[in-house]
Amino acid sequence: MVDLTTLGDDAIAAKGWFKSHKFLILRRLSQLGILALFLAGPWFGLWIVKGNLASSLTLDFLPLTDPYVLLQAMLSGVVPETAAIIGVVIVLLFYFLVGGRVYCSWVCPVNMVTDLAAWLRRKLGIRTTSQISRTTRYWMLVLTLILPLVVTGGIVWELVNPVSMMFRGIVFSMGAAWVMIAGIFLFDLLVAKDGWCGHICPVGAFYNLVGSKSPLKVNALQRQACNDCMECYVVCPEPQVIKPALKGEKKGLSPVILSSDCTNCGRCIDICAKDVFSYGGRHAIKIDEYKREDEINRGVRV
Amino acid sequence: MNRRQFLGNMLKTACGVGLVGLGLGAYSKRASSMPANYIRPPGALPEEDFLGACIRCGLCVRDCPYDILFLGEVGDEVATGTPYFIARSGPCEMCEDIPCVVACPTNALDHELKDIEESRMGLAVVIDQENCIAFHGLRCEVCFNVCPIRGRAISLDMQHNTRSGKHALFIPVVHSEACTAVDCVNVPAFWKRLPSRSFRCIWQKASWASITVWAGRRKTKRARHWSHPTPSIVTTYPKGCVTTCKVKV
Repeated sequence: MVDLTTLGDDAIAAKGWFKSHKFLILRRLSQLGILALFLAGPWFGLWIVKGNLASSLTLDFLPLTDPYVLLQAMLSGVVPETAAIIGVVIVLLFYFLVGGRVYCSWVCPVNMVTDLAAWLRRKLGIRTTSQISRTTRYWMLVLTLILPLVVTGGIVWELVNPVSMMFRGIVFSMGAAWVMIAGIFLFDLLVAKDGWCGHICPVGAFYNLVGSKSPLKVNALQRQACNDCMECYVVCPEPQVIKPALKGEKKGLSPVILSSDCTNCGRCIDICAKDVFSYGGRHAIKIDEYKREDEINRGVRV
Repeated sequence: MNRRQFLGNMLKTACGVGLVGLGLGAYSKRASSMPANYIRPPGALPEEDFLGACIRCGLCVRDCPYDILFLGEVGDEVATGTPYFIARSGPCEMCEDIPCVVACPTNALDHELKDIEESRMGLAVVIDQENCIAFHGLRCEVCFNVCPIRGRAISLDMQHNTRSGKHALFIPVVHSEACTAVDCVNVPAFWKRLPSRSFRCIWQKASWASITVWAGRRKTKRARHWSHPTPSIVTTYPKGCVTTCKVKV
């Protein structure tokens, strides 16, 4: 079992603090930067972006619309405006290219809350977790898409969706939404590890499907260098995605983390003292083979 | 994991999610009922359709030049994240270009609405005849005068004053086919500030209005853009009243 008290020390020793927190810092900058763009209007009168993650208008020109919310609206019988359709196409294209769950790890504000819970879990050494199936989120996704069809209340999920609630809360007004956010924090901290984002959230499940064939992936191209410290498994919010890529060499599996559960957060890249992981293309396997052959040719011991 | 475990787990998950669904369905039923004084922006679809169409993006809120729109918060009596305004604290100013409707990406605010006077946001109702001074034979007529659709939405119905036996009552009557219920709802604030000696003290207590706006059907026009000269009746009231009651002069 990984010693949680020394988690990340090897990486810091090998690469320095900044390099071993590079993508974590970048993600926080991305999440907070997006919030700042939306807040610049109401706080300072700089209307760069209006609206919220459900639908926004940037510089009075670029519409962006959340495909998941719009899909729910369309299932309850809405014919969207052209701007919304353009907005959805741009968003879908973007997340298809960079990975659907990039939404989860680089954009979604709830990620900061659940990451905090996960961090605190590690700090406090809380290892107990209840067994919730990771497929629950797909059931939730189906549920949220059926509800607009059968219930007259319209987009039912948006009444309680903590993701939009938190973002809207920060940009517009929070009201009692913080209770929901606190609930998720406590759930993740005390009930289930990565409980919300990794098991239940249908928003993540939707973007998971959007990015199921994304070209941008994390890979373990240098998997021969792995020293089995297991720290990547500890910090990864979806640890089941790592094993096939990292340990699948003998089975002939690709070193690319192909599962669309992977949020492309890059935490494994940061935490690895041996630089096993990196961002790359989906079809990096050929490069891997090439590299190995190259190393063998150069007499490097594999 | 054997087949039995797999099926068991799946059933467990499905049941859990099903329960969540039931809860959500029940909650959505409760959340779709809105207090009468919460008004949807112009062009809003009927409430059930609106809740299906509105994606809670807040673009209408941002594009409202008078900042009267709010998004429902958790715990509010209006569906979370959906836009509304309360006419009594900030009435719709009936912009001719209807920017809130233009901003809506999903037609929850119907883009077919081109003329703000055609919108039906709510309907003004005289709810408190006991405190409306017109019913006591005094000529107030403020609601009549501040009405942006002057003369059509509210008329003054002349009736015989049985109390004095020889005077007339000018009773405000709201006409639903024209009413947008925009500014009349602010009128009662007048009464709160009137010198008590001039009127019966009951009017001092009338902090809440004789007139309110009921959501559902309503219509609008920008009061600020009146071409009419200010009705003289407004300026004859004591100083300070005019600003207090937000009548645009």
